[in-house]
Amino acid sequence: MNKIKVGIIGTGNIGSDLLMKVRKSDVLECGIFAGHSLDSKGIARAREMGVPVTVNSIRYIEENPDCCEIVFDATSAKVHTANAPILKKLGKYAIDLTPAHVGKFCVPQVNLDEALELDNVNCITCGGQATVPIARAISQVADVDYLEIVATIASKSAGIGTRNNIDEFTQTTKDALMELGGIKNAKAIIILNPAEPPITMHNTVYALINEPNMEAITKAVHETEAAIRKYVPGYRIVLGPIYENGRVTTSVEVTGSGDFLPEYAGNLDIITCAAVEIAENYARRKLL
Amino acid sequence: MSRIRFFDATLRDGSHAIKHQLTEKTIADYCEAMDDAGMYTIVVGHGNGLGASSLQVGLSRLPDEVMLRTAREHLRHTKLGAYMIPGFGTIQDNLIPAMENGVDLFKIGCHCTEADTTRQHIEFLRSKDKEVYGILMNYHMASTERILEEAQKMQSYGAYGVILMDSAGASTPELVKKTIATLVDEMHILVGFHPHNNMGLAVANAYIAIQEGARIVDGTLRGFGAGAGNVQLEALSALLTKEGYELNQNLYQMMDASEQIVRPAMAEDRALTDVSIVSGMAGVFSSFKTQVLAASKEFHVDPRDVFMELGKRKVVGGQEDIIVEVAQELSHPVSDDAESYMLESLT
Repeated sequence: MNKIKVGIIGTGNIGSDLLMKVRKSDVLECGIFAGHSLDSKGIARAREMGVPVTVNSIRYIEENPDCCEIVFDATSAKVHTANAPILKKLGKYAIDLTPAHVGKFCVPQVNLDEALELDNVNCITCGGQATVPIARAISQVADVDYLEIVATIASKSAGIGTRNNIDEFTQTTKDALMELGGIKNAKAIIILNPAEPPITMHNTVYALINEPNMEAITKAVHETEAAIRKYVPGYRIVLGPIYENGRVTTSVEVTGSGDFLPEYAGNLDIITCAAVEIAENYARRKLL
Repeated sequence: MSRIRFFDATLRDGSHAIKHQLTEKTIADYCEAMDDAGMYTIVVGHGNGLGASSLQVGLSRLPDEVMLRTAREHLRHTKLGAYMIPGFGTIQDNLIPAMENGVDLFKIGCHCTEADTTRQHIEFLRSKDKEVYGILMNYHMASTERILEEAQKMQSYGAYGVILMDSAGASTPELVKKTIATLVDEMHILVGFHPHNNMGLAVANAYIAIQEGARIVDGTLRGFGAGAGNVQLEALSALLTKEGYELNQNLYQMMDASEQIVRPAMAEDRALTDVSIVSGMAGVFSSFKTQVLAASKEFHVDPRDVFMELGKRKVVGGQEDIIVEVAQELSHPVSDDAESYMLESLT
């Protein structure tokens, strides 16, 4: 079967995990793994695997436009804001894994078809991928006065990009809960926990609902869980939905597939799985 | 030697003790009474800071802007302070509005190993010419070497000083001594300490920190604060006076505000309760208390067991969602031998 070439910009945790997933894909292959530093461990690992690498970052794609059709941007919010117009000019399909929010938000379970018609889609944040679909499931069967999410990730799995972008991370997750989750009044909280051994990525969604129909909510949430598990195998509900202390509470853990970082780093998997799901569907359309 | 600066957290940490239900009247009366009492800053807001009003850690009675504006109207001499933990609040939603509401001084906090999450916010505030301090919470959870490394990061971002929070009141005097001495020796910015009283050591630990060179004590009148409460600034002030320190603070004025304004605002006395002591032993953030008690009641479990289990899971500030999970799990125990459970949790 033919494959569609992808470029990956950013060689940190997310870029490296993406690379592992692209290598397992039957419709994608990595045309270029692009960083900016000769010292990058990510570049050294990719080179050992025989993957084409460059330290010229997006410039390489400008100079060699045939190296890929799809570009994953795993740099930082600031860098993607600069990269986005360049990728648009080159006619690349851009999948943005930073919280830059240049393109429209996408959670595959929610709006994959819409995303495939655009030229730049934003994968929100790991916390957003985990909680926006739950927010949307609840808001479709209940009148939600207020919804709040708490995403807790292991310190070890939060790379430099995530840390330097903690502000955009928090803001973008909240914006996505409102835009894509259908919530009018939302809040996002992000916690890093340095415990050893590292904790598994944990997310809680609280919703304030007047006289909640728990049966309808439970059904909607569990259907959403099943749909997400199709592309994020480690996604599972660990608590609820339950009605306690006046709020509807649902907790989700995400175990990683252990491609790049160990299993605790479900926060990498949930966003890279989502990005690869979008890319594979885009590629399948092209290959038809 | 410069005089000891008191960072007054009464209207911030005290919020924890009353489920973030501070009234405009308490804020107004307190600021009016304490404006010229010699506090370096009076910090006002939700216990977890700007943007933290939430189901996760508790909803505020008043929005951040109302609390800040009320305080602003009544402070003429003392700097108005605000606290924020990145991940709870953001520059756009919280820091910019707080500056517009007249905040003079900011404290930007994070769990003690995550200083790089404060870089954006400290640098942003410095670019706006604001006085900003870095806060390392639950500092007992990392080695002294690591705390130094994290404090130095905050120094490099432009913080005026770094304050260590003993968020669980888990400090032994030896730990305070060693950590503060190391920071004072190795850093060129101010070092501060924020004790909690879970094991009855808040005043003693503050005093030790000062002896080791800390120049900021972050505490509250009457010890009004999360869990077992904070270092009681009236008592510390008395001790420092006795030891010959020259102070800016007016002790009688503090005592009067403590008695007339803080005491009526407090929900309960500040004696060391079993739950406070256990949270100190387990090393769990003091502000978890209210929610641990609520969840324990809901699931019919012993709050002491909940604290011990939370300690075992090494939860950090902001992870209150785990409380419900733990309480629910404990309500279906695998072993009913509570005593052996407790011992096992301590190892």
